[in-house]
Amino acid sequence: MSDQITIKTGQEGSALDQIKAYGSKFRSGEMGAVPAIAALLLLLVIFNFVSPYFLTTINIANLFVQSATLMMLSAALVFVIMLGEIDLSAGVTAGTGMAVFVKLNQLGWSWPLTLALAFVIGLATGWFIGFFVAKIGVPSFVISLALYLAFPGVMLIILGEGGVLRLEVPEVSAIMNTNLAVWQGWLMLAICLVLTFAMGYWDRSRRLKAGLPARPLSLLIYKVAAIGVLGGAGVYILNLSRSLNPLFPVQGVPTVIPIALFILFVGTFVLDRTKFGRYMYAVGGNPEAARRAGIKVAKIRIYAFMICSFLAMISGVFNVSRIGNVESSAGRAIVLSGVAAAVVGGVSLFGGRGRLVHAAIGAFVISIIDNGLGLIGIPAGVSFIVTGIVLSVAATVDALSRKRSGGSLTRT
Amino acid sequence: MSNPLIELSGIKKSFGPVDVLKGVDLKVYPGRVTALVGDNGAGKSTLIKGIAGVQPYDDGVVKFEGEEVNLHTPRISSALGIEVVYQDLALCENLDIVQNMFLGREEMSQGTLNEADMEFAAAKALQSLSVRTVKSLRQKVSSLSGGQRQTVAISRTVLRDAKLVILDEPTAALGVAQTEQVLNLVRRLADKGLAVIMISHNLADVFQVADDIAVLYLGNMVAQLETKKTTHNDVIGYITGIKSQKEGK
Repeated sequence: MSDQITIKTGQEGSALDQIKAYGSKFRSGEMGAVPAIAALLLLLVIFNFVSPYFLTTINIANLFVQSATLMMLSAALVFVIMLGEIDLSAGVTAGTGMAVFVKLNQLGWSWPLTLALAFVIGLATGWFIGFFVAKIGVPSFVISLALYLAFPGVMLIILGEGGVLRLEVPEVSAIMNTNLAVWQGWLMLAICLVLTFAMGYWDRSRRLKAGLPARPLSLLIYKVAAIGVLGGAGVYILNLSRSLNPLFPVQGVPTVIPIALFILFVGTFVLDRTKFGRYMYAVGGNPEAARRAGIKVAKIRIYAFMICSFLAMISGVFNVSRIGNVESSAGRAIVLSGVAAAVVGGVSLFGGRGRLVHAAIGAFVISIIDNGLGLIGIPAGVSFIVTGIVLSVAATVDALSRKRSGGSLTRT
Repeated sequence: MSNPLIELSGIKKSFGPVDVLKGVDLKVYPGRVTALVGDNGAGKSTLIKGIAGVQPYDDGVVKFEGEEVNLHTPRISSALGIEVVYQDLALCENLDIVQNMFLGREEMSQGTLNEADMEFAAAKALQSLSVRTVKSLRQKVSSLSGGQRQTVAISRTVLRDAKLVILDEPTAALGVAQTEQVLNLVRRLADKGLAVIMISHNLADVFQVADDIAVLYLGNMVAQLETKKTTHNDVIGYITGIKSQKEGK
């Protein structure tokens, strides 16, 4: 048997061949985030055309900050949606954790301790849901609905009659209300570029070492360059002074951006490059096949719910940092927008397909609709209707592409 | 003929009052395809599940490579090198070919999945079986035809260093050309020195690819024949219970 590999691997040929290969993948129904990115660009063009305020530096910075909470919650939900499950309680779990955090903090506990306690509450809630789903067999919709109903009550009891408590932790308020220094923004971009290049180069050298064809280095350089240009433009715009009062300059990348990027990077790394991530996709795609391959399906499911609640708690921190208080209705409305953002971004509700970046893009789309329609003075009601339409279109695209790529099931 | 890889004798299994296997003997040899045939309810699946360790036998002796073994969990069977390819394949459609072939046994390096080495090993396994029908190793299984899926499922057993591969009706849902592909693959599996048990209802397939034919009839092994020395009509006779040949001791 010769050592020469003759079966194609999809990495041969020039950059052009790779683009062609991507095209054929796209046509066979694996569209990923492409429709959402197209929608995002379309919205940017339309709103820029109808509102002179939309693409101002101040509004762009606002958009990032506004969408961060939704983005993090949506990223959290990806972990359970990917398994074909749902966690309706993600929002209120975060709200409850934040209520405990703020309340204990006001009673004089140190803030790092109470914040850590909130995350423990998140993990415990995730374990609780996961246990009922994976070990007892209660549908996740029902058990998380139960918590969705119960947690606002817990918050009401914690927060007392007024139902609102103020956040008095400057370190937490800083997340959504401060900006990086100009040089820190550029440093952040440089780190992103170096990481992208290093990861690509690492993969490439491992392939070459194994004697496999690898994508041309030029493709990686194009990719890094493209991120550099787009990211550079973003950092440049955010570094411009956007203050209306020249005496108090406001400039720099919002502090929340590097935090969110870091979490997305770690999550994506885990999903793409670890056994746990592979098993997540396997369980989402075909739990029976995963079980027969020796994967502990129940354990994976429980971990998924725990990760979801943990990341949801981060979105709760973002939320409380931005609005500066916690109220007993926190997290009730946003969770469904989180599901919508994931689906709009290209995560399949049928399970087995989805990436964190999809959630981020979907959250941008929904935030932009909200922000843009608000700017041109269209009433909030219309904004809800438009969001609903976008979601139904995205779900239809998902169902159709699934039909298409699964078409070979009926063929033999 | 060499020594049998696996030898079953006096295998019994009953579910409540129903005796499904009533003292079955079977010898399977390395490098040979043994077809297991018989009508519905003859006990084929029960016999296979016992070897796989999914459903242990009530009574009888199993010898693997000459040693007596107790196959009471799937883990034991799989550790011995027994792999079963079930009819419903057990592939994840949302994963690609390499990911499926290594599912549950991923190779790691530097703390992360070693995609490159896995891809290389998968390519070698497919090549060793002369598989040419797949376009790219990184295709998702959802884009593969039934025959290609069967190919992936069977090739996976080679990666796992199987000694005995059990195929449950590998051609059941396939068209003519794809059946041919899969049968060729089954043949090459045996030519590599593996022992193969193939359950089939299709006698044309059986006569094309099998070296030995074992016929179950109502829980009894009524005949174990060499393909070369028998005919379609004989086998049909055994399957339907018109003929019987108690294997001489």
